[in-house]
Amino acid sequence: MSLKSSQLQLNQQGQLCHFLGIDGLPRELLTEILDTADSFLEVGERAVKKVPLLRGKTVCNVFFENSTRTRSTFELAAKRLSADVLNLDIQTSSTSKGETLYDTLRNLEAMAADMFVVRHGNSGAAHFIAGNVCPEVAIINAGDGNHAHPTQAMLDMLTIRRHQAPFEQLSVAIVGDIMHSRVARSNMEALRILGCPDIRVIAPRTLLPEGIEQYGVRVFNDLRVGLRDVDVVIMLRLQKERMQSGLLPSEGEFYRQYGLTSDSLALARPDALVMHPGPINRGVEIESAVADGPQSVILKQVTYGIAVRMAVMSMAMAGQTTQRQSRQGAQ
Amino acid sequence: MRITIAGARVIDPASQFDQITDLHIDAGQIHALGSAPEGFIAAQTIDARGLIACPGLVDLNVSLREPGFGRKGNIASETRAAAVGGVTSLCCPPDSRPVLDTPAVAELILDRCERAGQTRVFPIGALTKGLEGEQLSELVALRDAGCVAFTQGLAPVKSNRILRRALEYAAGFDLPVIFTPQDPALAEGGVAHEGPTAARLGLPGIPETAETVALARDLLLIEQTGVRAHFSGLSSARAIGMLADAQARGLPVTADVAMYQLLLCDEDLDGYSSLLHVMPPLRSSSDRRALRQAVQEGVIQAIASHHQPHEPEAKRVPFAASAPGISSVEIMLPLALTLVADGLLELPAVLARLTSGPATALGLPAGRIAVGDRADLVLFDPAGTTEIGTHWLSKGDNCPFLGQAAPGCLSHTICNGQLVFQA
Repeated sequence: MSLKSSQLQLNQQGQLCHFLGIDGLPRELLTEILDTADSFLEVGERAVKKVPLLRGKTVCNVFFENSTRTRSTFELAAKRLSADVLNLDIQTSSTSKGETLYDTLRNLEAMAADMFVVRHGNSGAAHFIAGNVCPEVAIINAGDGNHAHPTQAMLDMLTIRRHQAPFEQLSVAIVGDIMHSRVARSNMEALRILGCPDIRVIAPRTLLPEGIEQYGVRVFNDLRVGLRDVDVVIMLRLQKERMQSGLLPSEGEFYRQYGLTSDSLALARPDALVMHPGPINRGVEIESAVADGPQSVILKQVTYGIAVRMAVMSMAMAGQTTQRQSRQGAQ
Repeated sequence: MRITIAGARVIDPASQFDQITDLHIDAGQIHALGSAPEGFIAAQTIDARGLIACPGLVDLNVSLREPGFGRKGNIASETRAAAVGGVTSLCCPPDSRPVLDTPAVAELILDRCERAGQTRVFPIGALTKGLEGEQLSELVALRDAGCVAFTQGLAPVKSNRILRRALEYAAGFDLPVIFTPQDPALAEGGVAHEGPTAARLGLPGIPETAETVALARDLLLIEQTGVRAHFSGLSSARAIGMLADAQARGLPVTADVAMYQLLLCDEDLDGYSSLLHVMPPLRSSSDRRALRQAVQEGVIQAIASHHQPHEPEAKRVPFAASAPGISSVEIMLPLALTLVADGLLELPAVLARLTSGPATALGLPAGRIAVGDRADLVLFDPAGTTEIGTHWLSKGDNCPFLGQAAPGCLSHTICNGQLVFQA
């Protein structure tokens, strides 16, 4: 049977060689990503914002779903690592001409790409590429269906680590559309691995996946109960489609029940962080005053996102190089 | 051609016959059991000491992919795979292109199967034209063209009223109807069993109720109309419970299960292998346990391959984008023998689920060894091993069992008195 992501993304030395998901990664590795990202944060503050770690390497941002922000931060991260960057928006390109995902990526591989940053609407797409299409190219998952968004999770962890107490002392609430959120899944996994003792998810029943308990979280249907005394609130974006599919009555009702307002935020600890993976829907899941307020670290998240992506890209490339050398050594 | 099979352990589940003896075949029929009749001189004698002889397997669900899907398979390739797998009778579902909803398509399939000369084929007709769920197919004309039963497969019927009428009409001619219950709205967009595994993998789920809601409706309409009914490919413990209750009430409903549902479950999806994308989906390990128990207790009478060959491209995509289905008709026997090795069933009982069970469910003239009957037989070495995939014949190699070893090794397939396969 095929390998799990946790087996596929580590080389024989236990180094990261793809970054597909958080599940199954050791705590030390997550900490290493955060430490490396911390060191890259300083690069962003220099006059010359470049380090030569990926010089001569080609990174392809292959996005099958639109995302200006995530793609831009990956592009900046790769450029600050001195890589050559190719951006492909596949929706408007070859797959609409009938070319398969397999053929598209094999073609890019033939252009001697060293790393693919992939976003795709199918859960498991990054896993499929790493396992079945181009195992020798480092694959970074930039979001696959509802499954995982591991760089987002790591930038969220970096934000928490830099602005809050150690994970072992925190209560973290994730609020909103858990069911359709790859960010929520990756965050629940990362928080658990990093030792957070109190992870809460707050959502109506229709937006919670079956078997949510497996993440070791506490489930709340009532925002006002769930937010009590938390240290971090992670809000999720609510897609408009959710109203059509009968999951929610209306945006208004969702906002009244689950929107983060100054009033509901007052139930959390006074120094609680307000986070959001963006793009935010003001007045749908979060009040403007809260999004722009003193507890909000939403823009910090964006800044940290570049450093985290630099960390993951440089680590995966190093792991892939080690892997290649040991393969060549074996021959 | 006259053939003598000498010294095999002959197991015929239908008559509960199980002893070491000789079998004599003449003119396509079982001529005698035991000592040879006077004057019988075999042209070929198979030394079958140490082997088991049983009726050729009867597989109630084998997609031949012809007409219409030549990239996935064709009648020549898939009936050959079946014959080498010991399947001497098979039913093909109507989801060809064009759909098997006219006698012409049935005749085309039967002609080509005849020409291929590998195995006997019993087509299943479409219950409604084009499987569109709106207008009844010409069921009697299709029966006269050779269709042994009718189904919608997973294609929904437009309304309960149309389904009720279809069942009434079929009941009037005593035509069996095969159901694969799945509520289309509850299953919409889903690719995996709704449960912790799908939730973690981010795969859209199909709840168990997609099956049970449709099954409850089907059972009530079967009861009302009195149609002869068979359920194909049930997947959940809850559905099995409902089926058993209906049987206990005296409703004469039968069922088959896909072999792979007895061996795999949703936890196996962890590596996102598109080979495990099947419909209805692989359910939980406790559902699998219930399916195995139902096979053991006879609530499920038949195990079918639900063979669905695909071209490589259909599976060389992420899980949710892949076409559902597993190619496995040629390994039914070794996979079934794993159930014996697991201690689930004794060998004769497993063979019953592969021969007399399915034949009886649809009233097919197959699946038993009796003097005067068609000689459809299989010989296998129960102590042997099959390395799955070493001589793969189906056009579709979309099989998650490739590369594995399974107990038992098929040595001969005799169909209509002809030796169609010899290892």
